[in-house]
Amino acid sequence: MKLNELSLTEAQKGLREKKYSAQELVNSCLERIKLVDPKLKSFITVCEEKAQQEAKDADGYLKEGIDNKPLLGIPFSIKDNFCTKGIKTTASSNILKDYIPPYNATVVERLKDAGAIIIGKTNMDAWAHGSSTETSDFFTTHNPWDLSKLPGGSSGGSAASIAADEVIGSIGSETAGSIRQPSSWCGTVGFKPTYGRVSRYGVIAMGSSVDSPGPITKTVTDAATILGIIAGADGRDATASSKKVENYLDNLDKPIKNLKIGYSEKYFQAANKEVAEKVKESLRILEKLGTKIKEIKLFDPQYAIAVYTILQRSEVSSNLGRYDGIRYGQDRTYFGEEAKRRIMLGTYCLSAGYYDAYYLKAQKVRTIICQDFQKAFREVDLVIGPTSPSTALPLGSSKNHPMFGEVADVLVEPSTIAGLPGLNINCGFSGEGMPIGMQIIGPQFSEGLILNAGYLFEQATPELKVKPKI
Amino acid sequence: MNKLSSDQVKKVARLAKLELNDKEVEKLGQQLSETITYIDKLNEIDTANIEPTSQVTGLTDVFRKDEIKPSLKLEDILPQAANTYHDYFKVKLILHKND
Repeated sequence: MKLNELSLTEAQKGLREKKYSAQELVNSCLERIKLVDPKLKSFITVCEEKAQQEAKDADGYLKEGIDNKPLLGIPFSIKDNFCTKGIKTTASSNILKDYIPPYNATVVERLKDAGAIIIGKTNMDAWAHGSSTETSDFFTTHNPWDLSKLPGGSSGGSAASIAADEVIGSIGSETAGSIRQPSSWCGTVGFKPTYGRVSRYGVIAMGSSVDSPGPITKTVTDAATILGIIAGADGRDATASSKKVENYLDNLDKPIKNLKIGYSEKYFQAANKEVAEKVKESLRILEKLGTKIKEIKLFDPQYAIAVYTILQRSEVSSNLGRYDGIRYGQDRTYFGEEAKRRIMLGTYCLSAGYYDAYYLKAQKVRTIICQDFQKAFREVDLVIGPTSPSTALPLGSSKNHPMFGEVADVLVEPSTIAGLPGLNINCGFSGEGMPIGMQIIGPQFSEGLILNAGYLFEQATPELKVKPKI
Repeated sequence: MNKLSSDQVKKVARLAKLELNDKEVEKLGQQLSETITYIDKLNEIDTANIEPTSQVTGLTDVFRKDEIKPSLKLEDILPQAANTYHDYFKVKLILHKND
């Protein structure tokens, strides 16, 4: 096995046991990027020299036996909407194409404090507006399982970089689906935490009442490790929760006998037959592990599309108001088509005479969706469904469809609106050989339980551990 | 369908400080109308007596101590500016006489 193919957990162990050096690990990832990224285009920026220097430093620390840095020497890719001090951060937009932040996002700061090495910054839909990575102002990322297909988005570059073994760990961000949906299409593990579990400080703002940074990884254990490091209160983001962060690794293999898992037929009806069947099969695997599967009723996810569209466009129009080209970045004529479309709808929804009809109405339906999930979680512990209605779609699918993302993300929007955590895990492959994703949703701050169920499912399905041929 | 007039589209563009050409006004008008028709679906839901939710985890009034802490350094910030004048950002004229 090549070093770049290691999981984060394996790499941590190997480095500590001195089976290989951080420099060898980093170089293995850099070689892989040189080999496959001209085809995949996961990366906007690769920090070759900086990463090699940091790897050299990490080897020094490893030699000294420094033990308070759990990610020491581990190469990461970071979605390009996380501010990285001294490293270009574009959000895949022409407006910020030359922006070099003078500070780190809290997530980046915590990863670096833990010893992680940033290999590069990954492509995304411009400003994270989309579910294809096709609306990047620069180029489209390709799906490692089939280069003629989309990786999903908006964290498409991060998911592709993990699926293609270009890095060991990755960070994405989700507003509605942007971690889970590309993970589903690329066959990676993607965890969207509870809103506020991970600080948004230094993440280029999109929908401030929903944005949630999270890990994209090769295994559930890797996701648990990263989440434990990036989660927790932050004086720089008042919406970050001060609730104590659990040790997510402690309970990963706790038996889940008698755990009650719910599913809603409405979610399966919204998915294509192949996806629905595979996720249903996965429910039976969980049943064999001793869980109780139960059908529940959930609010029709179609309404969530409308709520999300209003909230997201309104918050976008406000957040992108700051890009005036005066202090940094280019002026507003540099906005791409998708950004303009979203700013326009959001401005319309918030404009005089329409606020009550749209934004306020959406916030009220949001309350109904939150209450609906609270009711569901009195009956069951977790809810499972397909992550995306389909497997990865062909390149070009998002063009000329003003609500492409909303429709692609119909099954993740309700939980995101309610601020719930959700995990995507690969649960099989389509006839064409494309990954199919299942999502596990839980109540707010139930990260530990979701990871526990995801881990046991992963252990029960070792045949799914296959890699794409690129 | 709830059709937006080109004047409405131009007004929204002005509020958002976006410059649109005629083709964009036409195309965005059409797409915005489609989207608005879709989101009008929410009118099917009765929301009388329902309070709006803006903060999902229920946080209210989060305070921190009012302490002076080190801030970003001038030499880190100024390189962001396209042009500088001494330690200031030098920018183009923004407000015009008629604004």
